[in-house]
Amino acid sequence: MNTAAQQRRKERIDRGIKVRTDGLYALMSWRELAYLIAPRSILIVGLLILPLVMPGRYWPRVISIACIYALVAMSFDFLAHYVGLVSLGGAFFVGIGSYLSAILNTSLGLPPLIAVPVATLAGGAFCTLVLLPCLPLRGVYFAIVTLMYPLFMARLIEALDIVGGTDGIMGIDSFPSAWIEQYGVIVMVLIFLFGLRRLVNTDFGLVLRAVKDNDQAVKASGMNITRYKALAVFIASATGCLAGACLAHIYMWTGISTFALDFSILPIAATVIGGSGTLVGPVLGCLILVPVSELLRDFGTLRIVFYSLILLAFVVFRSDGLMAYGQRKYDQFERWTKI
Amino acid sequence: MTGEPILQIKEVTKTFGGIIALNRVSFEVNRGEILGIIGPNGSGKTTIVNCITGFIKATSGHVYFHGKEITGKPPHKIADLGVTRTFQIMRPYYSLPAYKNLVIPLCSPRARRTGGWRGGGRLGDRNTVSIDIMEEIGFERDSYVPYKTTSTLPTGYLKRLELARCLALKPEMIICDEVFSGLSMSEIASMVPLIERLQMDGITLIMIEHRLRELFQVSNRIMVLNFGEKLVEGSAEEVMADPRVKEAYFGSEDIEEVMSHA
Ligand SMILES: Nc1ncnc2c1ncn2[C@@H]1O[C@H](COP(=O)(O)OP(=O)(O)OP(=O)(O)O)[C@@H](O)[C@H]1O
Ligand SMILES: [Mg+2]
Repeated sequence: MNTAAQQRRKERIDRGIKVRTDGLYALMSWRELAYLIAPRSILIVGLLILPLVMPGRYWPRVISIACIYALVAMSFDFLAHYVGLVSLGGAFFVGIGSYLSAILNTSLGLPPLIAVPVATLAGGAFCTLVLLPCLPLRGVYFAIVTLMYPLFMARLIEALDIVGGTDGIMGIDSFPSAWIEQYGVIVMVLIFLFGLRRLVNTDFGLVLRAVKDNDQAVKASGMNITRYKALAVFIASATGCLAGACLAHIYMWTGISTFALDFSILPIAATVIGGSGTLVGPVLGCLILVPVSELLRDFGTLRIVFYSLILLAFVVFRSDGLMAYGQRKYDQFERWTKI
Repeated sequence: MTGEPILQIKEVTKTFGGIIALNRVSFEVNRGEILGIIGPNGSGKTTIVNCITGFIKATSGHVYFHGKEITGKPPHKIADLGVTRTFQIMRPYYSLPAYKNLVIPLCSPRARRTGGWRGGGRLGDRNTVSIDIMEEIGFERDSYVPYKTTSTLPTGYLKRLELARCLALKPEMIICDEVFSGLSMSEIASMVPLIERLQMDGITLIMIEHRLRELFQVSNRIMVLNFGEKLVEGSAEEVMADPRVKEAYFGSEDIEEVMSHA
């Protein structure tokens, strides 16, 4: 007793271009080349054009903020998916980066273009150092402890009234020009995106994934997993600190709100929407979520409801995220066949 | 054939809360030999492996490798010295292709130091080396098997992969925790020559087994554990003749099988 609907099914066929071997491209034709390059170039060109087509001064700024979030989201995705450390402390990296760059700029007089890289590296080192004791923790325990770090820092600054207390640090220099400000973060997002994607495909990245899969076997292979985890945390926290440092110079102000939960939670939501484990997914997720949450600003607190609904819909209907969905559509034909 | 002791275990005790898993166990392993360890379930065999390789800390007692104390060192340091192990519950990287499992040990400081393998050049020398090792351990080079996702491989291959992980480190010693269990008779038969070849290559082995017949075939010496204590130690015949061993194994299939063939 088959109904009409049961008599046909969707068939998926690979587009059949499998030219990627380990680190080598064996390209057969221009079509295949285009097939490989198209998605990357659309992303790069799209990101570079985006500020030009945005009206006014407000929307380009939103793009900058989205890029800041994108850096944090990539850092989350890298740690969670490739190292198995689910960090809820994105705000910690952002806060440390932004305070460091602010202090380097206002107290030592370093120009932003020097303060930002220094804050990135020093902040990464500092975050790694204080996270070192948590590295043996797993799963939920690591998540909870990292969630505490930014909250702790915010209360510490408030209670001790250090580095500007509740007022924050004002009078931070902005980037030398609006162009540098706009494109600096965009280029950084692209560099970190392609850099991280390359990294996870090296042997080093393979060891990190092995640590996530099965840390006992990595220990039995004569490798110090704490060292590998620490290196990965350094990479991730430096990425987050870079985001924070740029933020300080874009707003020309920093304060304890950089340690706020938003910087921990929104990147995770963006990763869910974009597709975890893809590194591109989180970037796309931020480019969608940040503008949407700006649009919903008029609704006041009600936007949290919209926001939750979007997230809920993604978790229920598209739990592998937009990227996985898009990739499937791109790599495979689909058609209905009778059975 | 066998030389001076290279691994010495002295009075090792391990308690888990109230359970005494190991009670003052002492023994030595000589260079180049195969020492078999047998004992009923729960007699502390895996626990002694964990104590030697640093995966758990002994409550008291000492372990010496080449006369130097290695008690309480972290697992990666002990593996770095050349004392490697397999896991009773296999621990491959399920999500990776099978051959990539070996790229990880090949990245370790020991594998890089002991040379032999030509480092990890840009075009993926480590991949080539890992395929070489897999061939050595019984994967067919030209089949698809080494390239399959590990989670799809049958037990026999996973056991071999455990051994291959040890081999990638160019070990001095391999401690095999039940590499024969879960395998069919024919699979075991194909593993035995492999073990013998490892010994000929100068690797010292400790083999923990429930498959007594195959174990007696390859091992030079047998030690029996029961309730965390060492019962006896000696040649296979000596051990099996001991009434205490018969008592410990009373009613168990392992011994009946061996006795029926003896
Ligand atoms: N992590 C642990 N916590 C508590 N008890 C443990 C732990 N590991 C082992 N034990 C106990 O120690 C004893 C010895 O266990 P062990 O795993 O060494 O036995 P085994 O000889 O390897 O057994 P099998 O032949 O089943 O592998 C058992 O009674 C076991 O319950
Ligand atoms: Mg055991």
